[in-house]
Amino acid sequence: MAVDVPTADPPVTRAVTPRRRWRRDRAYPLWFHAPAVILYVVLFLVPTGASFYFSMTRWTLFESQFIGFENFVQFFSEPMLVQGFVNTFIYGFVTSAAKVVIGLLLGLLLTGRMFGRNFLRSVIFFPVLVSTIGVGITFKVLLDPFHGLVNGVLGVVGIVGPGWLTDPQMALLTVAAVDVWKGLGIATLIYMAGIVAIPQEYFEAAKVDGASRMQNFRHITLPLLMPATTTVILLSLIGGLRSFDLIWAMTKGGPGFTSDVIASVIYKQYQAGFYGLSTAGNVVLFIVVSLIVIPMSIYFNRREVDR
Amino acid sequence: MRRRQLLAMAGAGALVPLASACSVGSIGGGSGDKTAVRMLVPVSGDGQTVYHEALAKAFMDANPDIQVNIETQPGGTEGDNLTKTKLSTGEMPEVFAYNSGSLLQALSPDTQLVDLSGEAWAKDLSKPFVATVSTANGMYGAPTGTTMGGGILYNRKVYEELGLTIPTTWEQFRDNNHKIKSAGKTAIIQTFGTDWTAQLFVLADFGNVMAQDPQWATEYTANKRKYAEQPALQGFLNQEQTAKDGFYNKDAASAQYDAGVKMLANGDGVHYPMHSGPLAALQQNYPDQVNDVGIFAIPAQDAKNTRLTLWLPGAFYIPKSATGEKLEAAKKLVAFSQSQQGCQILLEHGTVTGPFANQTCQLPSDVPTMVTDVDKYTSQDMALPALEFVSPVKGPGLPNITVEVGRGIRGGLEGAKLYDEDVKKQAQQLGLPGW
Repeated sequence: MAVDVPTADPPVTRAVTPRRRWRRDRAYPLWFHAPAVILYVVLFLVPTGASFYFSMTRWTLFESQFIGFENFVQFFSEPMLVQGFVNTFIYGFVTSAAKVVIGLLLGLLLTGRMFGRNFLRSVIFFPVLVSTIGVGITFKVLLDPFHGLVNGVLGVVGIVGPGWLTDPQMALLTVAAVDVWKGLGIATLIYMAGIVAIPQEYFEAAKVDGASRMQNFRHITLPLLMPATTTVILLSLIGGLRSFDLIWAMTKGGPGFTSDVIASVIYKQYQAGFYGLSTAGNVVLFIVVSLIVIPMSIYFNRREVDR
Repeated sequence: MRRRQLLAMAGAGALVPLASACSVGSIGGGSGDKTAVRMLVPVSGDGQTVYHEALAKAFMDANPDIQVNIETQPGGTEGDNLTKTKLSTGEMPEVFAYNSGSLLQALSPDTQLVDLSGEAWAKDLSKPFVATVSTANGMYGAPTGTTMGGGILYNRKVYEELGLTIPTTWEQFRDNNHKIKSAGKTAIIQTFGTDWTAQLFVLADFGNVMAQDPQWATEYTANKRKYAEQPALQGFLNQEQTAKDGFYNKDAASAQYDAGVKMLANGDGVHYPMHSGPLAALQQNYPDQVNDVGIFAIPAQDAKNTRLTLWLPGAFYIPKSATGEKLEAAKKLVAFSQSQQGCQILLEHGTVTGPFANQTCQLPSDVPTMVTDVDKYTSQDMALPALEFVSPVKGPGLPNITVEVGRGIRGGLEGAKLYDEDVKKQAQQLGLPGW
């Protein structure tokens, strides 16, 4: 059935019902989907469904007791939750904005004519390849207020460096800065691809009209880079809102609770053995990220179409 | 079939061919019929299985028909999760070492562990220890180490140099701190970079709490006592006050536990709120300074309430998934650890931090000062177990909260209130009445 070539069909088959034709026109049988569907169901749908169930139980791993929405009530009355949410948003938006701005500038720089361009491209991309935990631990050592290299160097030029990771005011932003350092390569790469893809004709036409470099950038490069910007914002915002590994490696949410984000609050609950409660937290995180990212994605996609 | 058997072998992690020959039977003719048992040891650093290896070796020499294989897993909260997972999937090795007290209660011992109250050695255990490994329905653990004292570790050399005496009231302690500070040394070492170390002003004050209110632990479990009220609040206030007095080392915010032990050993820092756990590190890294370090109880406001707080040893447990021959072998191994020979192995290869929880074992005469200090308190009945051994209620947020109080991010009373909120989850998770 599947190997039938439509043009070879005898006229009779025109009479078949639409449903039959749909089956006949497909190039491959439906069960080709099976492996993907099974994997998706077993590894995604079942755990997701289970987590919705367990989020409504008090669960010790040995036994679970259904308690309705009590975990969600408990989760929202968690004293650290408000700060965790605020920190999550600060972290998500700061890293995302910094990656857009710096990524765009570096993208422009590295697509222009300059000495050592390829070398610099690899330098910028290199941190992406390193493990996040490794980066976190390395920076934790470098940023140690008393024995770290960074404050050591600052000390040589007479500046008393701050406690990057131990000052409650700075800890979160320091981690965000390291996150930007690490994730910038991807943003730059996406922007470089976007910039290279802009047809030269636009610039030639603008040149005829006497446009300045600034006008070129403002009216040609920037609008045509909208798809790249969308991708960078979405990727880094999702990553930022869910971010956990770097924060855990560098501060464990500390000092105290001052750099706790939602993910680290949830992880601590899990560590403490509150399995039901932390599952409820994950359901909340899932919903919050979806609520932010889905409308944003729709909005950006519409703007791209409107262009 | 053969293939499946091989897979099963690999899955069970049976590394020793002899052991698998016994369970699989059809493959090869193993030399002798050995029963293999696994022993799980949580480790957080190098060399922590030395005692267990020596114990296993001596046991196998005495019981040639039993093979003991040691497995390790991380300690701390990560280990707690692994332990629960292994128990709930039935993959827990036949003998495993784990904490006693509140952490054990979280394992649902009645449904998961083998009752050991009928074993011959059980009658030799000290009462406070038995309470930490028991539920209403059974006794589940055999002690794996010695008791630790919790209070203030201090450098005796500096005390001599400055002519200080051991304080028994909080005011005296504060005076000493001022004197040490004006002598240009760090009065109190704090290592907030390793966050659990921040808790000791609160946790090791618990002996003093119980001295003032012997019902405190029971009432606390029933949700009738709070940390935000005296006498328990004092621990948080002490943390706040010592921070405000500027007694801490200037790198307290980032310093790690190892650095704290180093400061204490070389006398740069004089007081370290801690339990006798660092003794192992002292013996290994600063053997010449071991006897420079002693311990005293955190002074209460009133000298008559000053008590040392005790950390009771962890224990060996046997999961219900161990049955038949393996169960018998596991019981034999646990019994061996409690024998006279087992004590000797612990003395030789483990770190002795205080008195034994098993009366079969006796401390030798040439123990470090810190151990003699702890022994002094216990033999005079001036020591009481820490809260985690007398109540299952322990919140996960205490390290962070005490870091905040010690850093001045949060006040002492505020921190205590926050901790009262924090423990609610634990109590509800355990299904305790009154929460």
